[in-house]
Amino acid sequence: MDWLNLVVFPVLRSVVLIVVLLTGFAYLTWYERKLLARFHARYGPNRAGTFGLLQPVADAVKAVFKEEVIPRHVDRWVYLLAPMLALVPALVIWAVIPVAKGVPAIADVNIGFLWILAIAGVESYGVILAGWSSNNNYSLLGALRSSAQMISYELPLGMFLVSILLLAGGFSLVSLVETPRAWWEWVWLWAMFPLFFICILAETNRSPFDLPETENELVAGFQTEYGGIKFALFFMAEYINMITTSTIMATLFFGGYRLPFGLLSDVVWLGPFVLAAKVILLLFLFIWVRASIGRPRYDQLMHFAWKFLLPVSIGYMIVTALLVVFFK
Amino acid sequence: MGLEDKLPEGIITTQLESLVNWSRQNSTWPLLFGLACCAIEMIATGSARHDISRYGSELFRASPRQADLMIVSGRVSNKMAPVVKRLYDQMSEPKWVIAMGICASAGGPFNNYAIIQGVDKLIPVDVYVPGCPPRPEALLYALDKLREKQGRETFAKYRRNELAEAMLSPQDMDSLEALRAKQFA
Repeated sequence: MDWLNLVVFPVLRSVVLIVVLLTGFAYLTWYERKLLARFHARYGPNRAGTFGLLQPVADAVKAVFKEEVIPRHVDRWVYLLAPMLALVPALVIWAVIPVAKGVPAIADVNIGFLWILAIAGVESYGVILAGWSSNNNYSLLGALRSSAQMISYELPLGMFLVSILLLAGGFSLVSLVETPRAWWEWVWLWAMFPLFFICILAETNRSPFDLPETENELVAGFQTEYGGIKFALFFMAEYINMITTSTIMATLFFGGYRLPFGLLSDVVWLGPFVLAAKVILLLFLFIWVRASIGRPRYDQLMHFAWKFLLPVSIGYMIVTALLVVFFK
Repeated sequence: MGLEDKLPEGIITTQLESLVNWSRQNSTWPLLFGLACCAIEMIATGSARHDISRYGSELFRASPRQADLMIVSGRVSNKMAPVVKRLYDQMSEPKWVIAMGICASAGGPFNNYAIIQGVDKLIPVDVYVPGCPPRPEALLYALDKLREKQGRETFAKYRRNELAEAMLSPQDMDSLEALRAKQFA
């Protein structure tokens, strides 16, 4: 029976997860376009299916049946590898995220936090290699921006994660969700959420920090030379990253798959739905920000990371450590 | 491009064809650029009152590799012509062109040395929109017309284009290669 637990169930869970994530990605694009339209007092896509519900299908089929252009001046292998390198970490990070009580993620490892940080670090490779292999000035500038931005914002993000780690007292995400917290811990955690969310926006290259792909100065940034399905892969990576980071935030800040106050805590099948509801709300936040705020300049972005977020995150970590020592 | 050569047209491919045509009708992403005053009306087409996104076309892509539709919005000067041509060449098939306004269609009031008398001197145009400038409604009507045209397309058309290219004589191929090399140089 060992091989059943070691091979068959994890593979089945992975397949289900990938199907759910890819469908989630498709409908996240619909969700975003519809929501943006409502924010602008428009209707949004409504010709393809009822309420435009078939819009993602149309986009996908069109992308697949588009001519695949590989420009002559690119570094062919790296150019083709980059979209895959962008997409795979976005999926792989899900291995450690718990989706229901007693049903561990694909791998309930005791270093869940480290896994998230490590994969988040790998994620920037897809973008950097895409920019470099395209042999195009705009792509390269976009990739440089992206890498600098990701590295800068990973520091405060890491500091905040360390603080959460201190509060949780362990590396496992399952025990983080399952361990009850005192009220002051929740308050202290939520006080930091806006700053954490800003770091996440920068990490996922989402508006208002989408400087690697600004149309007005860099054409399309690192993905300038990509079209058809290769571009769709980058698109997919970006949106699955949004879903992933929303799930991480839901897990770290809002109790993951649990309802508040331990309601219905023994109904296992409710877990994924509760988690999904929280994720959808957090995704709304992403899109709300995109519809409301314009881009900062690049130097403002950097100043904000190094002169404000980093000191604040270090201070937060020190205070958290003191709180844990004296009150816990 | 194998089965449909053996079978009479319409036995296997029609269902796929209609699916693909439907997807292209509903996901025509325009290229993000404007040449002159018509561009203002094109921008207005994307705004709340007219809302081009109902057709799934609000994703104006800045990179030609990702765009399906070129809206030539305004007069094309001699100086701009090579740029327009290059952008059109960089777009991947299938691609469509709307000539927006009388200047892009036929030169309009600018009958002089500086303005190309119609963008169809450079690139093939699918839909012409009259007006100076056309209102957003006119552009949306053009998009409707384009959708009708997209619905009529067949794979055989692209196959014919491929065959036409394959049937060029070796000398022609050489000159074609030379032409392309010159474009990328």
